[in-house]
Amino acid sequence: MSDRLLEIDGVSKQYRLGAIGGGTLHGDLSSWFARVRGKDDPNVKIGKEHVNYNEKFWALKDVSFDVNRGDAVALLGRNGAGKSTMLKLISRITAPTEGEIRIRGRVASLLEIGTGFHPELTGRDNIFLNGAILGMSRAETAKKMKQIIEFSEIEQFIDTPVKRYSSGMYVKLAFAVAAHLDPDVMICDEVLAVGDLAFQQKCLTMMGNIARDGRAVLYVSHNMRTVSQLCSRGLYLDTGRLEYDGTVERAMELYGGSSARSARRNLDEVPRTKNRGDTMRMLSIQFENTQSLEYEMDSNMEFTLTSISHIAEPRMRIRLILQNSIATPIAMTQTDAFEVQAEETFSRRITFPLDGIAPGEYIIKMSLVSGTPQGRTCYYDTIVDVSRFIITDDPAANAGFVWTEHLWGSLRLKPLEMR
Amino acid sequence: MDNTRKNQGWDTIIRPKKGWLDIDLGELVRYRDLIWLMVKRNFTLLYKQTILGPAWVIIQPLLTTVVFTVIFGNIAGLPTDGMPKFLFYMAGNIVWQFFAQCLTVTSTTFVTNRNLFGKVYFPRLVMPFATVLSEMINFLVQFVLFLPFVIYYALQPGSAVNPNFRLILLTPLMLIQLGVLGLGFGIIISALTTKYRDLAMLVTFGVHLWMYATPVTYSTSLIAEKFPKLLGLYMLNPITPIIEQFRAAYLGVPGYATGYTLLSAGVTALVFLLGVALFSHTEKTFMDTV
Repeated sequence: MSDRLLEIDGVSKQYRLGAIGGGTLHGDLSSWFARVRGKDDPNVKIGKEHVNYNEKFWALKDVSFDVNRGDAVALLGRNGAGKSTMLKLISRITAPTEGEIRIRGRVASLLEIGTGFHPELTGRDNIFLNGAILGMSRAETAKKMKQIIEFSEIEQFIDTPVKRYSSGMYVKLAFAVAAHLDPDVMICDEVLAVGDLAFQQKCLTMMGNIARDGRAVLYVSHNMRTVSQLCSRGLYLDTGRLEYDGTVERAMELYGGSSARSARRNLDEVPRTKNRGDTMRMLSIQFENTQSLEYEMDSNMEFTLTSISHIAEPRMRIRLILQNSIATPIAMTQTDAFEVQAEETFSRRITFPLDGIAPGEYIIKMSLVSGTPQGRTCYYDTIVDVSRFIITDDPAANAGFVWTEHLWGSLRLKPLEMR
Repeated sequence: MDNTRKNQGWDTIIRPKKGWLDIDLGELVRYRDLIWLMVKRNFTLLYKQTILGPAWVIIQPLLTTVVFTVIFGNIAGLPTDGMPKFLFYMAGNIVWQFFAQCLTVTSTTFVTNRNLFGKVYFPRLVMPFATVLSEMINFLVQFVLFLPFVIYYALQPGSAVNPNFRLILLTPLMLIQLGVLGLGFGIIISALTTKYRDLAMLVTFGVHLWMYATPVTYSTSLIAEKFPKLLGLYMLNPITPIIEQFRAAYLGVPGYATGYTLLSAGVTALVFLLGVALFSHTEKTFMDTV
């Protein structure tokens, strides 16, 4: 019983779409007044989907799980699956609609690195402030000050205002504070993506130690390398429901299959950012000659992209941005310009030569663009994670060396010539 | 029954919000270090990257007082109960500014700290409390500036200034009451403005109007003389008795405060409790609306 640090018991969180109101007292009063007189609400946008107004939306639905001492749990799921909402509830940032969360001991949640850091204050002042925000007393912080500074690797800048720090130093300092909270449950949301790889490694080791010490870690990341290194248990969330609770390997498989590595994907319903996908929209993508989206080095990727255009565009291009597994852009390539007609549904079969891309896991970001004669780019539609794929390693092609992504990067250049 | 058994041994239990009196003030005490560090932060920041630095705290009340003295004292010729005009206006002004600052700054608590509140939990009331303490430090600086004027005027031969030392001992109480009142009104507004942003506009404007309903730029005796029937209503303004008391203490103006002071204290307690209840009700889900 006392092994249990965290119990999530039938937790649901509901948001009301569009029900936040006009945001101004004037707006709400005029809506109310119009209703009283039986007129149309002046604040409802005409032509917008009326159905959505006041519709309820469950970000999480009846999720239950426990975290015990020694657990390192990965919370996996696509964007919008409810991972962040779950972490917000456990961190007490917002209250659940139903259910109960029970916590034993101290929860340290790192939903963002350096929360409450003030740029004008020195590193040392910020350590105290950040420590207090995270729930440490002043005396506790003072006692750990030396360790914190040591861990952060920035001794010589500790009395400089943090506004002069590089983003890497900032992250190091912030993580150092959080690392010394002595939490019983540590919650970490993608915050490691910013630091350099050596520091990431240090943080992962530190989190691993927390779990080994008989405390617990709850980790959210899209970076499967760190997930598999740190976690032994995986939870897989899909559209607000807990679909799987078990080994991290199986959870990663579920996650990998859910969006990423499937040979065909419907793109019509993938959420876009504002102003994207209205005049033109990518509908589906079909990867040819593959089931697993694993490719050998220097081979070709073949896919067919089907899109619809509501306007005529003489200088249409399909643009592909290659990102590594933590969504850092690496390279860009695009098709030649082609012409589309208004209301045309067009399919193009595309060959993507994978020459020079190093072994590893990648994410494809894709856009429909056109170049204006003035040299500007017009983006019609963009999807940030069209698909993931893997380039498999073949050490024989590299004089017997296994490709080490965190040291060597993602581009495999031609061999050096020597005379 | 089942519930009480299950709750044993847990340090924190998070439940859906319900009710209005789900307030944990003890938690604030545990976070006193954070309150103190926030005050320190506010203080440090006030003086960083400003040309005149700490001088602003002094210049602002001095200039306002000079303007009041010239406009209301000399041009409009309002009576100041026989007191030196400058001292009379300064006393009203620093007390009013303290209250007004507490109110306006705490009234934007949720909106200003949106990013912080969205990423980490701590008792949200820490922020308004820290604001009031910071404002209290500013007040003390101005108060230290005010004292030499009191002494100077009091020592003039035939001066009407006659500090009442028994009342002066009550200064801390007046300060606390002002701070609590400003905080109370401020957090009520901050809780309401998470949903309705346009109320925030009203605050600056409303505080300005409120100042004219308070004896800052004129004396209460003027109201008593011109509108004797409205005096009872006028004194219901909870700030009025405090300013009256303050002037009675340091200037020796015969005040109208007496009975109304208790009433004002009652209003303060009520506003504070209402504010805390509203604030606590809002803090649990405001992240979904801001």
